[in-house]
Amino acid sequence: MLEIRNLHAAVVEKPILQGIDLVVPDGEIHAIMGPNGSGKSTLAYVLSGREDFAVTAGSVTFDGADLLAMEPEQRAQAGLFLAFQAPVELPGVGNANFLRTALNAVRRARGDEELDAAAFLKLARAAAKSLHMPDDMLKRNVNVGFSGGEKKRNEVLQMAILRPKLAILDETDSGLDIDALRIVGDGVNALRSERFSALVITHHQRLLDHIVPDRVHVLAHGRIIRSGGAELARELEAQGYAQVIAEAA
Amino acid sequence: MNIVAQKILPPNATSAEPFLARYRGLRAGLPGPRAPREAAADLLRRRGLPGPRDEAWKYTSLRPLTELQFHAALTDAGDHPAPVALPHLGALAESPRVVFVAGRYRADLSQLPDQITARRFAGHLGTQEAADDSQLLALNTLLAEDGALLEVAAGIDAGTLLLIHMGADLSGTPAAFHPRHSVHLGAGAALTLVEISAGQGTYLHNPVMDIDLAAGARLAHLRLQIESPQAFHIGAVHAAIAERASYDSFSLVLGARLARSEIHARLGGTNCHAALNAAQVLRGAQHADFTTVVSHDAPCGTSRQTVKNVLDDHARGVFQGKIEVARAAQKTDGYQMNQALLLSPHAEIDSKPQLEIFADDVKCSHGATVGELDADQMFFLRSRGIPQAEARGMLVRAFLSEALDLVQHDAARALFDEALNAWWETQAP
Repeated sequence: MLEIRNLHAAVVEKPILQGIDLVVPDGEIHAIMGPNGSGKSTLAYVLSGREDFAVTAGSVTFDGADLLAMEPEQRAQAGLFLAFQAPVELPGVGNANFLRTALNAVRRARGDEELDAAAFLKLARAAAKSLHMPDDMLKRNVNVGFSGGEKKRNEVLQMAILRPKLAILDETDSGLDIDALRIVGDGVNALRSERFSALVITHHQRLLDHIVPDRVHVLAHGRIIRSGGAELARELEAQGYAQVIAEAA
Repeated sequence: MNIVAQKILPPNATSAEPFLARYRGLRAGLPGPRAPREAAADLLRRRGLPGPRDEAWKYTSLRPLTELQFHAALTDAGDHPAPVALPHLGALAESPRVVFVAGRYRADLSQLPDQITARRFAGHLGTQEAADDSQLLALNTLLAEDGALLEVAAGIDAGTLLLIHMGADLSGTPAAFHPRHSVHLGAGAALTLVEISAGQGTYLHNPVMDIDLAAGARLAHLRLQIESPQAFHIGAVHAAIAERASYDSFSLVLGARLARSEIHARLGGTNCHAALNAAQVLRGAQHADFTTVVSHDAPCGTSRQTVKNVLDDHARGVFQGKIEVARAAQKTDGYQMNQALLLSPHAEIDSKPQLEIFADDVKCSHGATVGELDADQMFFLRSRGIPQAEARGMLVRAFLSEALDLVQHDAARALFDEALNAWWETQAP
């Protein structure tokens, strides 16, 4: 699904990612953990095509294609999805209209027929209901006046509607209460299949109680310094990053 | 160039001589009393066309207008009834309408309303004083030949009426049209007037509309300017608003090479209301100027202005908004917001809010912002698979929605949305 080789990236000439190697096979969920400033969010942005970051070395293939050569919208159309750590507000853009435009852009690119308003609304309402979101969240402007938890749930709603092959969740758990955490976890688990993979970026182990990862990687100073199974997350929670980083050094 | 005219004009003035020459040619055949036209001619001879020396014309130059020789169109237009395709009217296609083509009323294209008295202009040039800075009005007064006089009797709700002007060049020659319209609503009367200015080829459309609202009357004036890309649109609305009356206008400006739209609203009675909202969406080398003067003459009036400019390529937008509050106009509540979105580093916005307040118990606020598309918002939309051009379109519409949402009339709003979609679809890739 995703193959990252020796990835280096910089922002304004300051190196952030310094040689990431990571393979996420089909159907697997990998967690990336690490302290603040380790490059977790940069990795998410570089993979989704944010222009502020310059890739200085390395390669990324997604489903066999050169991911780094694609525009952000092409990456999304190819099945990549980034759940933002801080989802932006779009005053004047209705949530339903936004979701339908996105879904139809993706369907068009994949050669599927576009959905009309009625068919889309049926699909969106069902998806919203499964995420315990009130219908009026579809009517409101995108993320405007949403609480932190509602914004994160709206990200998961977008993911549920776009049905990506690879989801990158960038600290989707931050700002969520326990119930919302379970809803988000259920939303991701509902997509789990042999053709769905996820990269779950988080500080804390608690999201991983809901979305149990196949692999856990520890990111520090722009490199993966340790990888392990789900138990590594609990070890980090118990010992803290400092110890793990010190052991790896 | 007339040597005499050059001598008496102030330095840097733009001569109105081509228009004065046309006036001399047409004079005998123009309808109505001669005196107001002679006064206008005198003013234009003395002052020329408005130019950079006029404070109100600092940002908009009419010089391109003087580089073209306009055909003496009006007297001949009746002989050239070109086949005309009306613009798309959507849900308003069945509404009553008054249609002008190339400056001339066209009975065959019009459907006159039942509840409105509609007559043709016959030389009634209104009562505006020929102030020294009113050259624009003078230009229309000089050459006005046709127009619609619309009257709604007291207490009547006359529904929706379309006023359409289709400009055209005449067999490839630039043409000029100076229609003079007037709208009078009796006490408590109501009307929604949807005004569309469209056309093809190179021409000047210089309409003046005198509006007179009696006590408690309500006029919604919804304007769509989609003139041809080669056209000049220079127009003015003068609205006199009596007590408890309401003038609620929205102007969507998409067309013309050079446009200047003035609205002068005089809140002459207590508790009256004026809204002068607008959106200008421009590209290429378009220049559009939206200039308003809101005069609060009486107590307890409210005025509202939300004006948005979206400017791409080398386009230039101008907003000048003046609010005058007379000493007597206590408890005035005025609001003005002007925002511009620049889609290109070469686009330019000039914004000039002006508040002149002589009363001491008033609430007046204004604000202006200029910005570009938000990079985070763009990335967010693209990361959801929405192509760049479509994402830009969504954010531009979102920016405009605050102004467009002020249009309460569903069919007119749909017409505006469709015009914007058409604008967006013809966008160069």
